[in-house]
Amino acid sequence: MKLGRFAYHAPATLDEATEILEEKGSDAAVLAGGQSLVPVLAMRIAQPEHVVDINRVHGLDAIERTNGTVSIGALVRQQQALVSAELRAACPLVCEALPHVGLRETRSRGTVVGSLTHADPAAELPAVAVALDGELELRHGGETRVVSAEEFFVAPFMTAKAPGELAVALRLPVSSPGAGWSFLELERGPFALVAVAAGIELDDGGRIADARLVFAGVGPGPVRAREAEGLLLGAEPGEAVIAEAAEIAVRGLEPVSDVLASASYRRHVARELAKDALAQAARSGSPE
Amino acid sequence: MSERRHVRVGVNGVPRDGLVEPRRTLADFLRHDVGLTGTHVACEHGVCGACTVLVDGEPVRSCLMLAVQSDGAEVTTIEGVAPEGGLHPLQQAFRDCHAFQCGFCTPGFVISGIAFLNEHPSPTHEEARHAASSNLCRCSGYAGIVEALELAAARMKDGA
Repeated sequence: MKLGRFAYHAPATLDEATEILEEKGSDAAVLAGGQSLVPVLAMRIAQPEHVVDINRVHGLDAIERTNGTVSIGALVRQQQALVSAELRAACPLVCEALPHVGLRETRSRGTVVGSLTHADPAAELPAVAVALDGELELRHGGETRVVSAEEFFVAPFMTAKAPGELAVALRLPVSSPGAGWSFLELERGPFALVAVAAGIELDDGGRIADARLVFAGVGPGPVRAREAEGLLLGAEPGEAVIAEAAEIAVRGLEPVSDVLASASYRRHVARELAKDALAQAARSGSPE
Repeated sequence: MSERRHVRVGVNGVPRDGLVEPRRTLADFLRHDVGLTGTHVACEHGVCGACTVLVDGEPVRSCLMLAVQSDGAEVTTIEGVAPEGGLHPLQQAFRDCHAFQCGFCTPGFVISGIAFLNEHPSPTHEEARHAASSNLCRCSGYAGIVEALELAAARMKDGA
């Protein structure tokens, strides 16, 4: 279908953008990469009166590393992030996951932050943001607030971003250089049936000092398996403990049954992917 | 409420001016305003890939980009890929490998394929298969398309 009519705004500065958004509130939609919003407009799932295109706003298209934090601006394209040597060095998990995000053709314009604000429960980047203890920087008028990724994802396609707010950046702590990461996914077309983000850091003695395990596609949003992470701490990363962690992790999942797969199949896939991802993460780290 | 806006877009090296509603997609701008109908439109929500064009060298779904957003950009459509009087090596490979039947999806596959070969001049079979999965073809069954990508890669390397 063709898009319905809307008033188009193309602010050139962040102040201008947040001013329009503050004024229009829930009557406005933010257009960044457009890979989620434009289909929504074309199918007329939403018909906002105002579209605020932030593509001409200066200063939002950078990946910046300062004091142990990487900031990914709202206009950083997924492909730009995927090929960024700086991002790969700082947060390798992001670049492990990005090849699974959409298609080469949608990554040209699709943004990292846009994928977070869209909050598709099967999307990869929300799981990555949660696994890395990321934070969203939200602006409303002249005010900025910061929300943890874990609190940001409220429900399928719903986030903590209020009407009138603009997500200006994703902030990620720089990953420990010794940690190993893995992102595995069972794809159905360009979408994940189930995806798993895992991270393992070993101490000098070869025991697990930090563990991360987050699922996508098997819950209302990204699901962090904290109990499983806790079980792994202090253990040597052997097959048995990894299998036990994966088992505990999938017990907490509530996948749906639909035309693509049954809930029990999704849980099975989640368990197997979790085992493989944890083992791969343990192997790919380099204890210092 | 939705005032028309002036845009100037380079299309296959030719500057094109238009006065468009903001809701006009780049795909419809190319077809209806510029009059280049080689860019095909099917699903209109980014899934099928028939409308794929290059914007500043990057492959994009032209149904997911507004024409107003392409102001100042350089766009390459299927009409712009072949040398005068000839075919692009990937077009020739599509022909040689029977990589199309009805041909509706072909412009999108060729543009996507050109972008893919730019980034993967020596693709593995798996990479070529994965690349072909980005677009929908409802008659040829993809095998010929994968074969054409691999044949074009080999020929382009020999020619380089």
